[in-house]
Amino acid sequence: MAAAAEEKELVLLDFWVSPFGQRCRIAMAEKGLEFEYREEDLGNKSDLLLRSNPVHKKIPVLLHAGRPVCESLIILQYLDDAFPDTPHLLPPANSSSDAAYARARARFWADYVDKKLYDCGSRLWRLKGEPQAAARREMVEILRTLEAELGDGEFFGGGEGGRLGFVDVALVPFTAWFYSYERCGGFSVEEVAPKLAAWARRCGQIDSVAKHLPSPEKVYDFIAVLKKKYGVE
Amino acid sequence: MAGKDDDVKVLGVVVSPFAIRVRIALNLKGVSYEYIEEDIFNKSELLLNSNPVHKKVPVLIHNGKPICESLVIVQYVDEAWAAAPSVLPADPYDRAVARFWAAYVDDKMFPGMAGVLFAATEEERAAKAEETLAAMAQLEKAFAECAGGKAFFGGDTIGYVDLALGSNLHWLEALRRMFDVALLDAGKTPLLAAWAERFVEAEAAKGVVPDAGVAVELGKKLQARAAAASTAA
Repeated sequence: MAAAAEEKELVLLDFWVSPFGQRCRIAMAEKGLEFEYREEDLGNKSDLLLRSNPVHKKIPVLLHAGRPVCESLIILQYLDDAFPDTPHLLPPANSSSDAAYARARARFWADYVDKKLYDCGSRLWRLKGEPQAAARREMVEILRTLEAELGDGEFFGGGEGGRLGFVDVALVPFTAWFYSYERCGGFSVEEVAPKLAAWARRCGQIDSVAKHLPSPEKVYDFIAVLKKKYGVE
Repeated sequence: MAGKDDDVKVLGVVVSPFAIRVRIALNLKGVSYEYIEEDIFNKSELLLNSNPVHKKVPVLIHNGKPICESLVIVQYVDEAWAAAPSVLPADPYDRAVARFWAAYVDDKMFPGMAGVLFAATEEERAAKAEETLAAMAQLEKAFAECAGGKAFFGGDTIGYVDLALGSNLHWLEALRRMFDVALLDAGKTPLLAAWAERFVEAEAAKGVVPDAGVAVELGKKLQARAAAASTAA
Protein backbone atom coordinates (compact mmCIF):
# COMPACT_ATOMS: atom_id res chain seq x y z
CA MET A 1 0.00 0.00 0.00
CA ALA A 2 1.45 3.38 -0.99
CA ALA A 3 2.29 5.72 1.87
CA ALA A 4 0.05 8.80 2.09
CA ALA A 5 1.76 11.91 0.79
CA GLU A 6 1.75 13.40 4.26
CA GLU A 7 3.85 10.53 5.65
CA LYS A 8 6.67 10.69 3.11
CA GLU A 9 9.69 12.71 4.10
CA LEU A 10 9.73 15.30 1.27
CA VAL A 11 6.83 15.99 -1.08
CA LEU A 12 6.74 18.90 -3.53
CA LEU A 13 3.38 20.20 -4.76
CA ASP A 14 4.22 21.88 -8.05
CA PHE A 15 3.31 22.70 -11.64
CA TRP A 16 5.57 21.55 -14.45
CA VAL A 17 6.43 24.92 -16.03
CA SER A 18 6.67 26.97 -12.81
CA PRO A 19 10.12 28.52 -12.43
CA PHE A 20 9.39 28.85 -8.70
CA GLY A 21 8.77 25.11 -8.41
CA GLN A 22 11.83 24.34 -10.50
CA ARG A 23 14.00 26.25 -8.01
CA CYS A 24 12.92 23.78 -5.33
CA ARG A 25 13.47 20.72 -7.55
CA ILE A 26 16.95 21.87 -8.54
CA ALA A 27 17.84 22.73 -4.93
CA MET A 28 16.84 19.28 -3.69
CA ALA A 29 18.70 17.63 -6.57
CA GLU A 30 21.84 19.65 -5.77
CA LYS A 31 21.51 18.55 -2.16
CA GLY A 32 20.99 14.90 -3.10
CA LEU A 33 17.60 14.89 -1.40
CA GLU A 34 14.98 12.40 -2.61
CA PHE A 35 11.52 13.87 -2.94
CA GLU A 36 8.12 12.97 -4.34
CA TYR A 37 6.98 15.32 -7.10
CA ARG A 38 3.24 15.92 -7.31
CA GLU A 39 1.83 17.76 -10.30
CA GLU A 40 -1.07 20.07 -9.43
CA ASP A 41 -3.87 20.97 -11.82
CA LEU A 42 -4.03 24.71 -11.19
CA GLY A 43 -7.57 24.82 -12.53
CA ASN A 44 -8.59 22.20 -9.97
CA LYS A 45 -6.32 22.46 -6.96
CA SER A 46 -6.02 19.47 -4.66
CA ASP A 47 -7.34 19.48 -1.10
CA LEU A 48 -3.78 18.86 0.02
CA LEU A 49 -2.58 22.05 -1.68
CA LEU A 50 -5.47 24.14 -0.36
CA ARG A 51 -4.91 22.78 3.17
CA SER A 52 -1.15 23.23 2.97
CA ASN A 53 -1.17 26.79 1.61
CA PRO A 54 -4.53 28.22 2.68
CA VAL A 55 -3.22 31.80 2.61
CA HIS A 56 -1.99 31.94 -1.02
CA LYS A 57 -3.29 28.64 -2.47
CA LYS A 58 -0.20 28.55 -4.71
CA ILE A 59 2.55 26.17 -5.67
CA PRO A 60 5.25 25.35 -4.90
CA VAL A 61 4.63 23.90 -1.45
CA LEU A 62 7.20 21.64 0.18
CA LEU A 63 5.83 19.14 2.67
CA HIS A 64 8.47 17.87 5.08
CA ALA A 65 7.12 15.03 7.22
CA GLY A 66 3.71 16.49 6.49
CA ARG A 67 4.50 20.11 7.51
CA PRO A 68 4.11 22.69 4.72
CA VAL A 69 6.71 25.27 3.75
CA CYS A 70 5.53 27.87 1.22
CA GLU A 71 7.19 30.47 -1.03
CA SER A 72 10.10 29.23 -3.15
CA LEU A 73 12.93 31.32 -1.68
CA ILE A 74 11.72 30.46 1.82
CA ILE A 75 11.75 26.77 0.80
CA LEU A 76 15.35 27.13 -0.43
CA GLN A 77 16.48 28.64 2.89
CA TYR A 78 14.52 25.99 4.78
CA LEU A 79 16.36 23.26 2.86
CA ASP A 80 19.70 24.81 3.86
CA ASP A 81 18.59 25.08 7.51
CA ALA A 82 16.89 21.69 7.84
CA PHE A 83 19.54 19.70 5.96
CA PRO A 84 22.81 21.30 7.10
CA ASP A 85 24.89 18.30 6.06
CA THR A 86 23.96 18.73 2.40
CA PRO A 87 25.72 21.12 -0.05
CA HIS A 88 24.67 24.62 0.97
CA LEU A 89 23.11 27.23 -1.32
CA LEU A 90 23.86 30.20 0.93
CA PRO A 91 27.29 30.55 2.54
CA PRO A 92 26.82 29.14 6.07
CA ALA A 93 26.25 31.67 8.83
CA ASN A 94 29.22 31.67 11.14
CA SER A 95 30.85 34.23 13.34
CA SER A 96 32.33 36.25 10.49
CA SER A 97 30.44 39.22 9.16
CA ASP A 98 31.93 38.42 5.74
CA ALA A 99 29.68 35.36 5.58
CA ALA A 100 26.76 37.50 6.76
CA TYR A 101 27.55 40.02 4.01
CA ALA A 102 27.74 37.30 1.34
CA ARG A 103 24.38 35.94 2.53
CA ALA A 104 22.84 39.43 2.46
CA ARG A 105 24.11 39.98 -1.04
CA ALA A 106 22.70 36.64 -2.22
CA ARG A 107 19.32 37.37 -0.61
CA PHE A 108 19.25 40.83 -2.20
CA TRP A 109 19.81 39.45 -5.71
CA ALA A 110 17.36 36.56 -5.32
CA ASP A 111 14.82 39.14 -4.17
CA TYR A 112 15.69 41.24 -7.25
CA VAL A 113 14.91 38.25 -9.50
CA ASP A 114 11.60 37.78 -7.65
CA LYS A 115 10.61 41.42 -7.89
CA LYS A 116 11.53 41.96 -11.52
CA LEU A 117 11.85 39.01 -13.85
CA TYR A 118 8.55 37.12 -13.86
CA ASP A 119 6.40 40.24 -13.93
CA CYS A 120 8.33 41.93 -16.71
CA GLY A 121 8.37 38.69 -18.69
CA SER A 122 4.60 38.41 -18.37
CA ARG A 123 4.16 41.93 -19.70
CA LEU A 124 6.40 41.06 -22.65
CA TRP A 125 4.10 38.31 -23.90
CA ARG A 126 0.82 39.80 -22.72
CA LEU A 127 1.08 43.32 -24.13
CA LYS A 128 1.50 44.91 -27.53
CA GLY A 129 2.64 48.23 -28.96
CA GLU A 130 4.31 50.79 -26.68
CA PRO A 131 3.62 48.98 -23.39
CA GLN A 132 5.35 45.90 -24.83
CA ALA A 133 8.26 48.03 -26.04
CA ALA A 134 8.55 49.45 -22.53
CA ALA A 135 8.57 45.90 -21.13
CA ARG A 136 11.34 44.99 -23.57
CA ARG A 137 13.47 47.94 -22.48
CA GLU A 138 12.90 46.97 -18.88
CA MET A 139 13.80 43.32 -19.58
CA VAL A 140 17.07 44.33 -21.26
CA GLU A 141 17.86 46.52 -18.25
CA ILE A 142 17.14 43.62 -15.86
CA LEU A 143 19.34 41.20 -17.81
CA ARG A 144 22.20 43.73 -17.95
CA THR A 145 21.89 44.42 -14.23
CA LEU A 146 22.08 40.70 -13.46
CA GLU A 147 25.05 40.35 -15.79
CA ALA A 148 26.85 43.18 -13.97
CA GLU A 149 26.37 41.31 -10.69
CA LEU A 150 27.65 38.08 -12.22
CA GLY A 151 30.75 39.89 -13.49
CA ASP A 152 33.42 37.44 -14.62
CA GLY A 153 32.29 34.76 -12.17
CA GLU A 154 31.43 31.26 -13.29
CA PHE A 155 28.34 31.40 -11.08
CA PHE A 156 26.74 34.05 -8.87
CA GLY A 157 28.59 32.48 -5.96
CA GLY A 158 28.11 31.28 -2.42
CA GLY A 159 27.27 27.71 -3.31
CA GLU A 160 29.20 24.80 -1.86
CA GLY A 161 32.54 24.18 -3.53
CA GLY A 162 31.96 26.60 -6.40
CA ARG A 163 28.66 24.95 -7.33
CA LEU A 164 25.26 26.53 -7.87
CA GLY A 165 24.42 28.99 -5.13
CA PHE A 166 21.26 30.70 -3.92
CA VAL A 167 21.09 33.28 -6.72
CA ASP A 168 21.98 30.74 -9.41
CA VAL A 169 19.13 28.46 -8.29
CA ALA A 170 16.74 31.42 -7.97
CA LEU A 171 17.52 32.62 -11.50
CA VAL A 172 18.27 29.53 -13.57
CA PRO A 173 14.64 28.42 -14.16
CA PHE A 174 14.06 31.68 -15.99
CA THR A 175 16.69 30.71 -18.56
CA ALA A 176 14.07 28.36 -20.03
CA TRP A 177 12.03 31.54 -20.67
CA PHE A 178 14.81 33.48 -22.40
CA TYR A 179 13.83 32.12 -25.82
CA SER A 180 10.22 33.26 -25.26
CA TYR A 181 11.34 36.70 -24.03
CA GLU A 182 13.50 37.01 -27.17
CA ARG A 183 10.67 35.98 -29.52
CA CYS A 184 8.06 38.22 -27.86
CA GLY A 185 10.39 41.16 -27.29
CA GLY A 186 12.44 41.02 -30.47
CA PHE A 187 15.90 41.05 -28.90
CA SER A 188 18.74 38.63 -28.25
CA VAL A 189 20.00 37.72 -24.76
CA GLU A 190 23.35 36.79 -26.32
CA GLU A 191 23.64 40.34 -27.71
CA VAL A 192 22.46 42.34 -24.71
CA ALA A 193 24.00 40.16 -21.99
CA PRO A 194 26.58 37.71 -23.42
CA LYS A 195 28.08 36.75 -20.04
CA LEU A 196 24.64 35.96 -18.67
CA ALA A 197 23.89 33.91 -21.79
CA ALA A 198 27.14 31.99 -21.22
CA TRP A 199 26.19 31.46 -17.57
CA ALA A 200 22.83 30.07 -18.72
CA ARG A 201 24.56 27.62 -21.07
CA ARG A 202 27.00 26.63 -18.32
CA CYS A 203 24.11 25.92 -15.93
CA GLY A 204 22.34 23.91 -18.60
CA GLN A 205 25.28 21.46 -18.51
CA ILE A 206 24.66 20.70 -14.85
CA ASP A 207 22.67 17.52 -14.18
CA SER A 208 20.20 18.97 -11.69
CA VAL A 209 19.34 21.81 -14.06
CA ALA A 210 19.18 19.70 -17.23
CA LYS A 211 16.89 17.26 -15.47
CA HIS A 212 14.42 19.78 -14.06
CA LEU A 213 14.05 22.55 -16.64
CA PRO A 214 11.67 22.21 -19.60
CA SER A 215 12.97 22.94 -23.08
CA PRO A 216 12.64 26.58 -24.18
CA GLU A 217 10.34 25.39 -26.98
CA LYS A 218 7.96 23.77 -24.48
CA VAL A 219 7.83 27.02 -22.51
CA TYR A 220 7.08 28.96 -25.70
CA ASP A 221 4.26 26.52 -26.53
CA PHE A 222 2.90 26.98 -23.01
CA ILE A 223 2.87 30.75 -23.46
CA ALA A 224 1.03 30.30 -26.75
CA VAL A 225 -1.68 28.39 -24.85
CA LEU A 226 -1.87 31.17 -22.25
CA LYS A 227 -2.09 33.81 -24.96
CA LYS A 228 -5.08 32.03 -26.48
CA LYS A 229 -6.67 31.70 -23.07
CA TYR A 230 -6.27 35.43 -22.35
CA GLY A 231 -7.20 36.50 -25.86
CA VAL A 232 -3.78 37.93 -26.73
CA GLU A 233 -2.90 37.74 -30.39
CA MET B 1 32.47 39.12 14.38
CA ALA B 2 30.91 42.58 14.35
CA GLY B 3 32.03 44.56 17.37
CA LYS B 4 32.25 47.86 19.15
CA ASP B 5 34.51 49.73 16.76
CA ASP B 6 32.35 49.08 13.76
CA ASP B 7 31.10 51.97 11.69
CA VAL B 8 27.37 51.59 11.20
CA LYS B 9 25.17 54.01 9.31
CA VAL B 10 21.49 53.78 8.48
CA LEU B 11 19.97 55.80 5.66
CA GLY B 12 16.26 56.11 6.32
CA VAL B 13 13.12 58.17 6.49
CA VAL B 14 11.55 58.72 9.92
CA VAL B 15 8.15 57.32 8.91
CA SER B 16 9.35 54.51 6.67
CA PRO B 17 8.29 51.13 8.12
CA PHE B 18 11.21 49.59 6.25
CA ALA B 19 13.75 51.87 7.90
CA ILE B 20 12.07 51.65 11.31
CA ARG B 21 12.36 47.86 11.43
CA VAL B 22 16.11 48.07 10.73
CA ARG B 23 16.64 50.64 13.49
CA ILE B 24 14.69 48.61 16.04
CA ALA B 25 16.70 45.51 15.09
CA LEU B 26 19.94 47.40 15.72
CA ASN B 27 18.56 48.60 19.07
CA LEU B 28 17.65 45.03 20.02
CA LYS B 29 21.26 44.07 19.39
CA GLY B 30 22.64 47.05 21.29
CA VAL B 31 24.44 48.37 18.19
CA SER B 32 25.24 52.08 17.98
CA TYR B 33 24.72 53.63 14.60
CA GLU B 34 24.63 56.95 12.83
CA TYR B 35 21.18 57.70 11.52
CA ILE B 36 20.93 59.78 8.35
CA GLU B 37 17.50 61.10 7.41
CA GLU B 38 16.92 61.17 3.65
CA ASP B 39 14.66 63.51 1.76
CA ILE B 40 12.85 61.15 -0.62
CA PHE B 41 12.12 64.08 -2.93
CA ASN B 42 15.86 64.92 -3.06
CA LYS B 43 17.90 61.77 -2.52
CA SER B 44 21.52 62.10 -1.38
CA GLU B 45 24.54 60.99 -3.41
CA LEU B 46 25.32 58.54 -0.64
CA LEU B 47 21.92 56.89 -1.02
CA LEU B 48 22.07 56.77 -4.81
CA ASN B 49 25.59 55.31 -4.72
CA SER B 50 24.78 52.83 -1.94
CA ASN B 51 21.59 51.51 -3.51
CA PRO B 52 21.98 52.09 -7.25
CA VAL B 53 19.56 49.25 -8.11
CA HIS B 54 16.49 50.46 -6.21
CA LYS B 55 17.54 53.94 -4.99
CA LYS B 56 15.46 53.44 -1.85
CA VAL B 57 15.77 53.56 1.91
CA PRO B 58 16.67 51.85 4.10
CA VAL B 59 20.33 51.17 3.48
CA LEU B 60 22.65 49.87 6.19
CA ILE B 61 26.27 50.76 5.64
CA HIS B 62 28.53 48.57 7.80
CA ASN B 63 32.22 49.50 7.68
CA GLY B 64 31.60 51.03 4.26
CA LYS B 65 29.67 48.07 2.81
CA PRO B 66 26.03 48.73 1.87
CA ILE B 67 23.23 46.26 2.51
CA CYS B 68 19.79 46.95 0.99
CA GLU B 69 16.20 45.67 1.31
CA SER B 70 14.85 45.91 4.83
CA LEU B 71 14.27 42.20 5.54
CA VAL B 72 17.67 41.35 4.06
CA ILE B 73 19.18 43.98 6.36
CA VAL B 74 17.33 42.67 9.43
CA GLN B 75 18.65 39.15 8.75
CA TYR B 76 22.13 40.58 8.23
CA VAL B 77 21.97 42.40 11.57
CA ASP B 78 20.77 39.18 13.21
CA GLU B 79 23.71 37.24 11.77
CA ALA B 80 26.50 39.84 12.02
CA TRP B 81 25.74 40.51 15.70
CA ALA B 82 24.99 36.88 16.46
CA ALA B 83 25.86 36.97 20.17
CA ALA B 84 22.93 39.20 21.11
CA PRO B 85 19.35 37.83 21.32
CA SER B 86 18.17 36.27 18.03
CA VAL B 87 15.58 37.99 15.89
CA LEU B 88 14.86 34.84 13.87
CA PRO B 89 14.12 31.63 15.79
CA ALA B 90 16.65 28.80 15.81
CA ASP B 91 14.37 26.00 14.60
CA PRO B 92 14.37 25.66 10.77
CA TYR B 93 10.59 25.25 10.52
CA ASP B 94 9.90 28.20 12.84
CA ARG B 95 12.29 30.28 10.74
CA ALA B 96 10.35 29.40 7.60
CA VAL B 97 7.07 30.36 9.30
CA ALA B 98 8.55 33.69 10.46
CA ARG B 99 9.85 34.44 6.96
CA PHE B 100 6.45 33.58 5.50
CA TRP B 101 4.55 36.03 7.73
CA ALA B 102 7.08 38.84 7.35
CA ALA B 103 6.78 38.48 3.57
CA TYR B 104 2.98 38.46 3.98
CA VAL B 105 3.10 41.80 5.81
CA ASP B 106 5.09 43.36 2.97
CA ASP B 107 3.28 41.66 0.06
CA LYS B 108 -0.32 41.84 1.31
CA MET B 109 -0.80 44.17 4.28
CA PHE B 110 1.44 47.04 3.16
CA PRO B 111 0.02 47.40 -0.39
CA GLY B 112 -3.49 47.49 1.09
CA MET B 113 -2.44 50.20 3.51
CA ALA B 114 -0.70 52.20 0.78
CA GLY B 115 -3.80 51.77 -1.35
CA VAL B 116 -5.92 53.41 1.36
CA LEU B 117 -3.62 56.43 1.30
CA PHE B 118 -3.41 56.76 -2.48
CA ALA B 119 -6.98 55.81 -3.45
CA ALA B 120 -8.39 58.14 -6.10
CA THR B 121 -12.01 57.54 -5.11
CA GLU B 122 -13.87 56.72 -1.91
CA GLU B 123 -14.93 53.45 -3.51
CA GLU B 124 -11.32 52.49 -4.11
CA ARG B 125 -10.38 53.54 -0.59
CA ALA B 126 -13.09 51.31 0.87
CA ALA B 127 -11.89 48.37 -1.23
CA LYS B 128 -8.29 48.86 -0.09
CA ALA B 129 -9.42 49.17 3.51
CA GLU B 130 -11.22 45.82 3.16
CA GLU B 131 -8.06 44.30 1.71
CA THR B 132 -6.00 45.60 4.63
CA LEU B 133 -8.52 44.36 7.18
CA ALA B 134 -8.46 40.91 5.56
CA ALA B 135 -4.67 40.88 5.89
CA MET B 136 -4.94 41.94 9.53
CA ALA B 137 -7.41 39.09 10.16
CA GLN B 138 -4.84 36.62 8.77
CA LEU B 139 -2.13 38.16 10.91
CA GLU B 140 -4.36 37.85 13.99
CA LYS B 141 -4.48 34.08 13.34
CA ALA B 142 -0.74 34.05 12.72
CA PHE B 143 -0.15 35.80 16.03
CA ALA B 144 -2.17 33.18 17.91
CA GLU B 145 -0.08 30.42 16.26
CA CYS B 146 3.35 32.05 16.50
CA ALA B 147 3.13 33.67 19.95
CA GLY B 148 1.74 30.60 21.68
CA GLY B 149 0.38 32.72 24.50
CA LYS B 150 3.49 34.90 24.78
CA ALA B 151 3.85 38.63 24.32
CA PHE B 152 5.23 38.79 20.77
CA PHE B 153 5.22 36.84 17.48
CA GLY B 154 8.81 36.03 18.43
CA GLY B 155 7.84 34.78 21.90
CA ASP B 156 9.09 36.63 24.97
CA THR B 157 11.02 39.17 22.92
CA ILE B 158 10.52 41.07 19.68
CA GLY B 159 11.24 38.87 16.67
CA TYR B 160 11.22 38.98 12.91
CA VAL B 161 7.48 39.21 12.32
CA ASP B 162 7.08 41.72 15.16
CA LEU B 163 9.59 43.95 13.39
CA ALA B 164 7.88 43.55 10.01
CA LEU B 165 4.39 44.38 11.28
CA GLY B 166 5.21 46.67 14.21
CA SER B 167 7.08 49.07 11.95
CA ASN B 168 3.75 49.85 10.23
CA LEU B 169 1.68 50.69 13.33
CA HIS B 170 2.08 54.48 13.10
CA TRP B 171 0.70 54.39 9.56
CA LEU B 172 -2.35 52.38 10.61
CA GLU B 173 -3.08 55.09 13.18
CA ALA B 174 -2.29 57.90 10.71
CA LEU B 175 -4.79 56.47 8.24
CA ARG B 176 -7.41 56.28 10.99
CA ARG B 177 -6.94 59.98 11.65
CA MET B 178 -6.90 60.93 7.97
CA PHE B 179 -9.81 58.81 6.73
CA ASP B 180 -11.65 57.62 9.84
CA VAL B 181 -10.92 54.00 8.90
CA ALA B 182 -9.96 51.60 11.72
CA LEU B 183 -7.46 49.16 10.22
CA LEU B 184 -6.26 47.97 13.64
CA ASP B 185 -9.53 47.35 15.43
CA ALA B 186 -9.58 45.84 18.92
CA GLY B 187 -13.02 44.48 18.17
CA LYS B 188 -11.84 42.62 15.07
CA THR B 189 -8.22 41.75 15.97
CA PRO B 190 -7.98 41.88 19.77
CA LEU B 191 -4.69 39.98 20.00
CA LEU B 192 -2.99 42.35 17.57
CA ALA B 193 -4.45 45.42 19.30
CA ALA B 194 -2.95 44.30 22.62
CA TRP B 195 0.31 43.30 20.94
CA ALA B 196 0.56 46.71 19.26
CA GLU B 197 0.52 48.49 22.61
CA ARG B 198 3.29 46.23 23.92
CA PHE B 199 5.35 46.74 20.74
CA VAL B 200 5.39 50.53 20.81
CA GLU B 201 6.24 50.50 24.53
CA ALA B 202 9.21 48.19 24.06
CA GLU B 203 12.59 49.72 24.87
CA ALA B 204 14.04 48.98 21.42
CA ALA B 205 11.09 50.65 19.68
CA LYS B 206 11.07 53.83 21.77
CA GLY B 207 12.33 56.83 19.89
CA VAL B 208 12.14 54.93 16.62
CA VAL B 209 8.40 54.46 16.04
CA PRO B 210 7.25 58.02 15.34
CA ASP B 211 4.07 59.69 16.46
CA ALA B 212 1.25 59.12 13.97
CA GLY B 213 1.02 62.90 13.45
CA VAL B 214 4.33 62.86 11.58
CA ALA B 215 2.97 60.20 9.24
CA VAL B 216 -0.26 62.20 8.74
CA GLU B 217 1.80 65.21 7.58
CA LEU B 218 3.83 63.20 5.08
CA GLY B 219 0.73 61.26 4.06
CA LYS B 220 -1.04 64.45 3.06
CA LYS B 221 1.99 65.56 1.02
CA LEU B 222 2.25 62.19 -0.74
CA GLN B 223 -1.48 62.16 -1.45
CA ALA B 224 -1.35 65.66 -2.94
CA ARG B 225 1.61 64.75 -5.13
CA ALA B 226 -0.10 61.60 -6.39
CA ALA B 227 -3.29 63.53 -7.17
CA ALA B 228 -1.36 66.23 -9.03
CA ALA B 229 0.55 63.62 -11.02
CA SER B 230 -2.64 61.86 -12.12
CA THR B 231 -4.43 65.05 -13.20
CA ALA B 232 -1.33 66.13 -15.11
CA ALA B 233 -1.04 62.78 -16.94
